[in-house]
Amino acid sequence: MSAPVLPRVLQGATDRPLTLAQHEAMWGQWRPRRDLLDELDRAGLTGRGGAAFPTATKARLLRDQHARKKFVVVNAMEGEPASHKDATIAQSNPHLVLDGALSLATAIGASHIALCVAREKASMVNHFERALRERERRGSLGVVVEIHTPPGRYIAGEESALVHWLDDNETLPQYRPQRPSILRIGRAPVLVDNAETHAHVGLITRWGAEWFRSIGTAQSPGSMVVSVSGAVTRPVVLEIALGTPLAEVLAAARADTDPQAVLLGGYGGSFLSAEHLSTPMANEVLRPLGASVGAGVIVVIPRAACGITETHNIVRWMAHESARQCGPCAFGLPALAEDLAQLVTGGRDAAAALTRMSERSDVIEGRGGCRHPDGVVRLLRSALQVFAADAHRHAAGQPCAYAGRSRFATVPRLELENDLVWE
Amino acid sequence: MKRRHEKLFLRVDPILCDGFGHCAELAPDIVDVDEWGYPIIKDAPLDARRDASLASANLAVRGCPRQALWIERIANTN
Repeated sequence: MSAPVLPRVLQGATDRPLTLAQHEAMWGQWRPRRDLLDELDRAGLTGRGGAAFPTATKARLLRDQHARKKFVVVNAMEGEPASHKDATIAQSNPHLVLDGALSLATAIGASHIALCVAREKASMVNHFERALRERERRGSLGVVVEIHTPPGRYIAGEESALVHWLDDNETLPQYRPQRPSILRIGRAPVLVDNAETHAHVGLITRWGAEWFRSIGTAQSPGSMVVSVSGAVTRPVVLEIALGTPLAEVLAAARADTDPQAVLLGGYGGSFLSAEHLSTPMANEVLRPLGASVGAGVIVVIPRAACGITETHNIVRWMAHESARQCGPCAFGLPALAEDLAQLVTGGRDAAAALTRMSERSDVIEGRGGCRHPDGVVRLLRSALQVFAADAHRHAAGQPCAYAGRSRFATVPRLELENDLVWE
Repeated sequence: MKRRHEKLFLRVDPILCDGFGHCAELAPDIVDVDEWGYPIIKDAPLDARRDASLASANLAVRGCPRQALWIERIANTN
């Protein structure tokens, strides 16, 4: 059997997820691999949840913890409204995610696996439950695997918030002044990885590092699942080789190939102007431009759109999604959203709002318990850079024709303050 | 590790902090407050030779109603 080139983790994406038998016919039987962590190191797999932290380094840190009980957490919360990659993996091949989780659990000596899916995503919960039942019918897995369904707020997918929920039923981030830090459930150390990362681990367990590195760039090897939305024929989820030029990804997604800008990474990511469309999707090239592949979100902002309005929509929603634990985030983000609202309408206060929001950004940055406010600040700064000309016209009282009407970066409806569910 | 080889920093846990503002009153040259009343702590290490700086930081730590402040010792690597 030879390994397919692409898609990898989305292989077999049909109308229904692969059964265990189909999965094994396609990928072969799963066996734990003794040298998995070294193989992951050689493969150069980095976390696909956004931070792109080397998976092997994180797993080693957990392996070296001496504890009777350890957890592997699969983060399939996917709180990013524009991201659908984990849902697509779940509906094409949930077994691959389980393979990865079992591999990592064996490698670090974990006794428990917690698969976390937002409770609102019922079909995703179903797919994983069915896959898990199939496995258990086959025989003992050697570890305790449980599916958990925390409330699906944006911040609930933040790793410390997720672990907090598993530990104490609250989806609120924890403050971790020392990095790297080890999250714990009770006293048990926890390894948290994104669902897509687990799926890649499942494949590396079978095919090894050399196969993994056969696509992608030297510094960003392998493939990545991206969600393209915005100015597209229809929103799609694709698996791309890292290093694929952005323009090619847009063409493959049948998106507007002459956009004004794209939003990369996620709603805490950054805008990239159209002049950088030839840039490869790889962090080593994107980082100097102030962007990153993040969680694989690509929102295409066409020329017939208002970047300031898009940013306002996102920032307002992100402000609402704050856990309201830290002052700079709970008060600062709504203040930024308010400033943006004034810039959108281009009223009397717009010019003052423009300077005020960059001052406020500097004040807010780095002062939250988690990185939520930093993400919003990053997004806002990149917007003010990429849409600078438009921002100054707005500030001068001449908002563009699309001001207030542009809706390419979609956000969920804001909930009533009293309806917010944290547990 | 000898004392002179460490640097001292005043730190705040932003989750615990509720913006009472006592720290800014007790250690005005180390702590600033933002427009919402939450502390912005100067990034420079506390000046241990200047008694007032460390003493006021200690006052801020003890005076915080939420116990959100502490003094962190970081070993000087060079």
